Amino acid sequence: MTSVTRNRLIALGALVVAGAALAFIAFGNIGKNLVFYWTPGEMLAQGSKAYGPTIRLGGVVQPGSLRWDAGRTHLTFRVADSDKQGAPSVQVVSSETPPQMFRERIGVVVEGTFDRSQTFTSSRLMVNHSNEYRPPKPGDGPDRWKTTVSAPTAEAR
Amino acid sequence: MTSTLGTTLVLGGLLAAAFGAVVGIEGGLRHRAGALKIVLGAVTAFLLCMLGANLTMVYALVTHDFSVHYVAQVGSRATPLVFTVVSLWSALEGSILFWGAILAVYVFAFARSHRNDPPTNPLLALGTMMAVAVFFAFLIAGPANPFGRVSPVPPDGPGPNPLLQNHILMVVHPPMLYLGYVGMVVPFGIAVAALLRGQLGDAWMAVLRRWTLIPWTFLSVGIVLGSWWAYAVLGWGGYWAWDPVENASFLPWLTCTAFLHSAMVQERRHTLKLWTVSLSLASFLLTILGTFMTRSGVFNSVHSFTQSEIGPTFLVFLGAVLVVSVFLIAVRGPLLVPEGTMGGVASRETAILVNNLLFAALTFTVLLGTLFPLVREAFSGVKISVGAPYFNRMAIPLGIAILFLMGVGPSLPWGRASPETMRRQFLVPAAVGLGVIILSLAAGLRGASTLLTFGLAGFVGTVTLREMLLPVRVRMREQGEAFPRAVWQSARRARRRFGGYVVHLGVVLVFVAIAASQSYVVHTTATLKPGERFQLGSYTVQMTGLRDGSDPHRRWTAAEVRVTDAGGREHLLAPRMNFYERSTDPIGSPAIRSAAFEDLYLTLLAFDQAGPSASFNAWIFPMVSWIWWSLPFFVLGALFAAWPERRRDRAGAAERVSVPSDARSPGAAA
Repeated sequence: MTSVTRNRLIALGALVVAGAALAFIAFGNIGKNLVFYWTPGEMLAQGSKAYGPTIRLGGVVQPGSLRWDAGRTHLTFRVADSDKQGAPSVQVVSSETPPQMFRERIGVVVEGTFDRSQTFTSSRLMVNHSNEYRPPKPGDGPDRWKTTVSAPTAEAR
Repeated sequence: MTSTLGTTLVLGGLLAAAFGAVVGIEGGLRHRAGALKIVLGAVTAFLLCMLGANLTMVYALVTHDFSVHYVAQVGSRATPLVFTVVSLWSALEGSILFWGAILAVYVFAFARSHRNDPPTNPLLALGTMMAVAVFFAFLIAGPANPFGRVSPVPPDGPGPNPLLQNHILMVVHPPMLYLGYVGMVVPFGIAVAALLRGQLGDAWMAVLRRWTLIPWTFLSVGIVLGSWWAYAVLGWGGYWAWDPVENASFLPWLTCTAFLHSAMVQERRHTLKLWTVSLSLASFLLTILGTFMTRSGVFNSVHSFTQSEIGPTFLVFLGAVLVVSVFLIAVRGPLLVPEGTMGGVASRETAILVNNLLFAALTFTVLLGTLFPLVREAFSGVKISVGAPYFNRMAIPLGIAILFLMGVGPSLPWGRASPETMRRQFLVPAAVGLGVIILSLAAGLRGASTLLTFGLAGFVGTVTLREMLLPVRVRMREQGEAFPRAVWQSARRARRRFGGYVVHLGVVLVFVAIAASQSYVVHTTATLKPGERFQLGSYTVQMTGLRDGSDPHRRWTAAEVRVTDAGGREHLLAPRMNFYERSTDPIGSPAIRSAAFEDLYLTLLAFDQAGPSASFNAWIFPMVSWIWWSLPFFVLGALFAAWPERRRDRAGAAERVSVPSDARSPGAAA
């Protein structure tokens, strides 16, 4: 009887230790893999805390900031909190082909990292999905639809 | 008119459910035999109300009655009929209504098949299920009422979410998941009945096991179909992203799978009773949590969740179920005393126990990663998410350990294994596993965890096939039966064992496919003008031109592509971008060239009519389609295991004999 009790205690102890180890590893891993959702203004306010972790930067592509490099391999643009003049903004570099909807004033989410040179290196570029609906006129072809939907979308997120 | 009819039916369902819940639980606690008939009546009434309400909504959708709130929200005259019907479950209110109908069908099926049992257990179980039904009927009648009236009546609606209209898989995949989710209500009711009575005998345990297998099967199919849909429709080049919505379906699947294994220990050794029952309760809690997560909009942001009216209601229900479950386990749990003991360290029950702990650990890590952002945002207001690397790093080692145990468990006997048995059982499978690793290395494959997965897959596959074929060989030798007959006979005699091994083979397939498609993926992007080409692996991809087209509910632009594979064969592919009239964003349709060992996956990223030119995202995914090929294994294995047993067949036969007049009725003649 006592040996059964002792075995149970050992088993329980082992379980508690295993559970604690699992929780420790899990929390450690979570800490290393957090993705932060920030607007340019919020990110800049973090100071040096923003250098390093993966960030999803949400904002609007600033008008007039779109530039392709000579070989059309790298795209640079500025993401701003809003399309108002003087809104905080961040320089973004992307080596990815942007999606069809990408253009000035559109809401975007770029995932990547920020560094001391104040450049955001994007590893993923997503156009913000907006459910805003602008009715097309009858007879509009797909080309026309594309222009009706290209109007500036609401603020990212 | 339609609104009034629908709302009336839902209120009728609410009344029937409340009545059934009270009569069922009260009658069960006082062992009133006569109450079962009354509850059966309430269940039938609930079923008729729910089916009626759903049919009313389908009628409103098909006739484009935009005065009904839900139709105005998801209906559109331009949507094809099949997607109009499907839009019943394309948005929140409709899906909860549909949920109610499935719930009613499940409870009715349970009530019918146990109407002649000793009444106490079915009464308590049905009372519990009807109490859950009260909540859902209340949800449909109040916070998520789809039958609200719209005034003035709009001439047309926006149509369902374009993503949901884009592929036929959307017609099949959500109902499968719902059937899996809602079906967990039944085992929950059965488990609560066991706790309320404070006893769990073999017969009631068999009922619990059978009714868990049904939703487990649907959930498995739903998860695989969901990943297939994500792969074939969403076009981001993957099938699983550890998204909260995906995790929501994966979590109850994990606890449910753990349950199906610990139930075997309970059956053989009469121990782990309370643990097994707790897994049933946990599966139901996780499905409710999953519905809350996917349906309340809480995952867009904690702060947007106040806008969703069902969020708080769901949270209250979730809390109530949690409190009731914990209370029952704490107060009534000690009554479920084990009547047996565990065997030695090297025994099947120990292997299953360890398997259960691993499943619990996996559930914990996935749940933690899923809920962490919510908790963090609620307390500190910081918006974060947990990246996929966390899930991968946690799930891969646990998954590999589970795969290993899939080979160990079936090799070990119940009770205690002698060193001699272990040597005999493990020598050949371990050699096969090692052989697979060496062959993979020789073929130039690298990556420690990937090769380990392949090796373990060889090990588990050998064990599983041996366990399936051993009795067949005995029959062939002793009865002189031919191979197919021997397979059939031996399978028929141990159906659950055989079905379980078939499912194991499917799981091995999934493991291999995930490891290969994640580790050996090849990816590139390119922008091409007509006539230009790029190379990806052994494929040459050449763009030939752009083409526009239209369907009734959308227009599209496709990039026409000529793919030449290693053998010089040419394939024409056309990844395209769809423009739905009512949606601001174009929705891509990837083009997939699927072969036995790899998929070529092309998406159209952007195009320029003026150039013309098109930008592509291109991937090679080795073996990815093996994930979907596991479906028949899951379905056939589960069907084989869950098929009603012979005792039932005999009862059915007796029933048929007792009503011979039926055979001559016009319905039967037709």
